[in-house]
Amino acid sequence: METRLKMADHILWIRVPGELDHHSAEVICREADRRIQREDIREVIFDFADTTFCDSSGIGMLMGRYKMIRALGGRVRAVRVQAQVARILTLSGVAKIIPVELSEGGREK
Amino acid sequence: MKTTMKVEFDSISENEAFARVTVAAFMSRMNPSIDEVADVKTAVSEAVTNAIIHGYEGEVHTITIFGQIEGEMLELRITDQGVGIQDIEKAMEPLYTSRPELERSGMGFLFMEAFMDEVQVQSSPGEGTTVLMKKKIRKSGE
Repeated sequence: METRLKMADHILWIRVPGELDHHSAEVICREADRRIQREDIREVIFDFADTTFCDSSGIGMLMGRYKMIRALGGRVRAVRVQAQVARILTLSGVAKIIPVELSEGGREK
Repeated sequence: MKTTMKVEFDSISENEAFARVTVAAFMSRMNPSIDEVADVKTAVSEAVTNAIIHGYEGEVHTITIFGQIEGEMLELRITDQGVGIQDIEKAMEPLYTSRPELERSGMGFLFMEAFMDEVQVQSSPGEGTTVLMKKKIRKSGE
C-alpha cells in the first residue's frame, strides 16, 4: 500500500494511492486517524496526483476525515485531482464542501 | 454474437480491485471509451464492496460475477449468498446506509445507477443478493 503521510507546520499531507476503494480507504483511515488524534493538525491535504479511481468508499473516507477535522477547527482540501476522480467528487457533492483543485490539464465535468 | 464469463472469488477487500480489472478486461472487446470503462469499474466496485461489507458482513465467502456481452449490451450479475436485504427500496435510497458506524457514504447504489443504464436488485433475507446491471457500450469515436 503506497499511502504516504507527511506532517509539516500543522498540515497533514496524505498522498492518496492509485485506486481509492473500500480496501485502500480503510488503510488511509487507520493511518490518518492515528495522526489526527495524537498531533495538533490544522489542515489535511489529500493529494490525488496518483489516483485514477475513486468510488463511494473513498467518498465516505473523505467525508469522515472532513467531519473529524472540522470538529477540531481545521480544514480539508483535495489537490491535483484528475478528471476521473473529479467526476466522482462532483457527482457525490463532496466538491461543494471540500475545495478541489484539479491537476494541470485536468478538466472539470 | 453472445459471449459470457463467470468468475468466483473470496469476499475480501483486496478482491475489489481484482473484480474491477477482470470486468474491464472482459469488456475490452467492445472497444469502450475510457469513460465507459471507468463507469463500469465504479459500478462493479460498489456492488462487490456491498457484498463484502453488507452481504457477508466481513466473513469470507464466495462472490460470483457473471458477465455477458451481446452486441452493444454489457450485462453483469454480481451475486452473494449473504444475509440479503430486508428493504431493497430503502437500501437504494441515496445517503441511506445500514452501517453508519462504518463511515459508509450511502452512495453505492447512486453511483451504480448513475454509471449504468439499468440496475436491478434481487434479494431474499437469509439467502443473498444479486445485483443485475446493464450498460450499452457505444463504439469508441461515435
